[in-house]
Amino acid sequence: MLSPLQIKKDFPIFERLGPDYSYLDNAATSQKPYSVIRAMEEFYELHNSNVHRGIYRLSEEATNLYEKSREKVSDFINSKDSRQIVFVRNTTEAINLLSYTLGRELKKDDEILITILEHHSNIVPWQFLSEKGVKLRYVMLNPDMTLDMDDLQRKLTKKTRIVSIAQSSNVLGTISDVKEIGKIAHENGSTFVVDAAQSVPHMPVDATDIDADFLAFSGHKMLGPTGIGVLYGKYDLLDRMPPFMGGGEMISAVYQDHSTYADVPQKYEAGTPNIEGAVGLSSAVDYLRALGMDQVREHEKDLIEYTLKKEEEHNVPDLISYGPRNTEVRSGVYCFNIGEMSPLNINDLAHEEGVQMSQAIHPHDVSEMLDDGNVAVRSGHHCAMPLAEFLNVVATSRASYYIYNTREDVDRLFNVLVKVVKKYGR
Amino acid sequence: MDHYRNPHNYGIVQNAASKIIEYNPVCGDTIQITIRVENGKISDAKFIGRGCSISQASASILTDMVKGMPLEEAKNIDEDKYIKSLGITLGPSREKCALLAVNALKKCIKDYQKGEESK
Ligand SMILES: Cc1ncc(COP(=O)(O)O)c(C=O)c1O
Repeated sequence: MLSPLQIKKDFPIFERLGPDYSYLDNAATSQKPYSVIRAMEEFYELHNSNVHRGIYRLSEEATNLYEKSREKVSDFINSKDSRQIVFVRNTTEAINLLSYTLGRELKKDDEILITILEHHSNIVPWQFLSEKGVKLRYVMLNPDMTLDMDDLQRKLTKKTRIVSIAQSSNVLGTISDVKEIGKIAHENGSTFVVDAAQSVPHMPVDATDIDADFLAFSGHKMLGPTGIGVLYGKYDLLDRMPPFMGGGEMISAVYQDHSTYADVPQKYEAGTPNIEGAVGLSSAVDYLRALGMDQVREHEKDLIEYTLKKEEEHNVPDLISYGPRNTEVRSGVYCFNIGEMSPLNINDLAHEEGVQMSQAIHPHDVSEMLDDGNVAVRSGHHCAMPLAEFLNVVATSRASYYIYNTREDVDRLFNVLVKVVKKYGR
Repeated sequence: MDHYRNPHNYGIVQNAASKIIEYNPVCGDTIQITIRVENGKISDAKFIGRGCSISQASASILTDMVKGMPLEEAKNIDEDKYIKSLGITLGPSREKCALLAVNALKKCIKDYQKGEESK
């Protein structure tokens, strides 16, 4: 078992926030330990220079640190070959890279299959391809908020060129069997992309075992700095695809009228990269590996189990939560509402009787009061508007856990929720 | 809190001179304002909305405030002064919630005046 109170001491921000503050917005971004902050400071203090350029020793040091980080990340997700790790800014950029490069080969009436629980970053980049006549299809959910695999089979056709799916949902906490989905996608001849933004930070992820063609995640959600993310891709695919951005670092030779490109992965890393970001991410990986990703997952599973138990015991009036109750397929994400506020239907507005005042408490009011009670949660659509529409809610409040959270944080959440209902309940 | 719990002017003005729906894309808060105009003054104003306590209470207060107010005055309601008049301190993101109703009202008046001009 992890000892979160011990872990907390490694994070300077908790000194400032004090012991009675519950940071429960880890799905948005995680806090950073001293070791990560120190590693980046040290890079600037001792090794700063550009990578892959100088012949001098200092530049070789920087290049070594940058490439060592690539190897660390490669090991961490068991990619087998560090050339399969492309550094990008974040998950969003990784999926945009794929939309741009894979998208070039798609033509009218080709289909991309995603799910209704995707984050906007796994929707909007694919929507760009509608200009070419490429269609986007959505797999729906079972009543227990897991993916409807029959629907997936139904919507997977010979036209489906890409299947792109979040391994873990940032709203419902649903953990999907991506290994199984990958098998189905490959049997169909489709390219398989995994949005691992919410899985790599929270559970063991083995890219080789999943047999993902591509897998994307962000450093900042896994103790690392902002501005560094990872696109894992199978070597053959990366080698075959056209480059994304053009410029320095990504070329082999440039002539007046054309260029030849660098080998994978440099081919996809145009311009001076985020070197200190890679250094910080490397240190974050060290920290997580020392804890053990199995342990991280166990800890969060315990917290979500405890949360669901509290929910039943506390019986907060009108409390509704979303996501699988089976914690085997549920991450440490808890989205809830106090009374359900459905979106105003424009058609109902035409006649007075059509619109009753909502009895529900708006998620903004909930999160503001929670903030007053030193509980930081996020309210809104969590960058998943199609999912909010599917759930028929304007917004939800979300608590999301990480390695430094405790059962006391969960207790505090529910204690303040009771007060919220007292203040705002009608 | 009173305005939140028992909002004033909730509903639709019959035979409204102008109607507008204002929407905050960030949080999905929605407000519809309807007004009636007589002799260049707002003779009645009502709202229907879905949103947080601030946006709904603000709509309640605003519709109270503008009844009997000349259009020109209502059109020029100062946002900072309006927020001060609410008597609660709000962070920048919550100020947007409070101003949703003000924006809706101003658009509503503009629509009305455009309609009058083209008559
Ligand atoms: C499931 C999922 N995918 C993608 C993203 C996008 O991550 P980033 O903003 O770091 O690009 C997020 C982050 O909120 C996420 O939760």
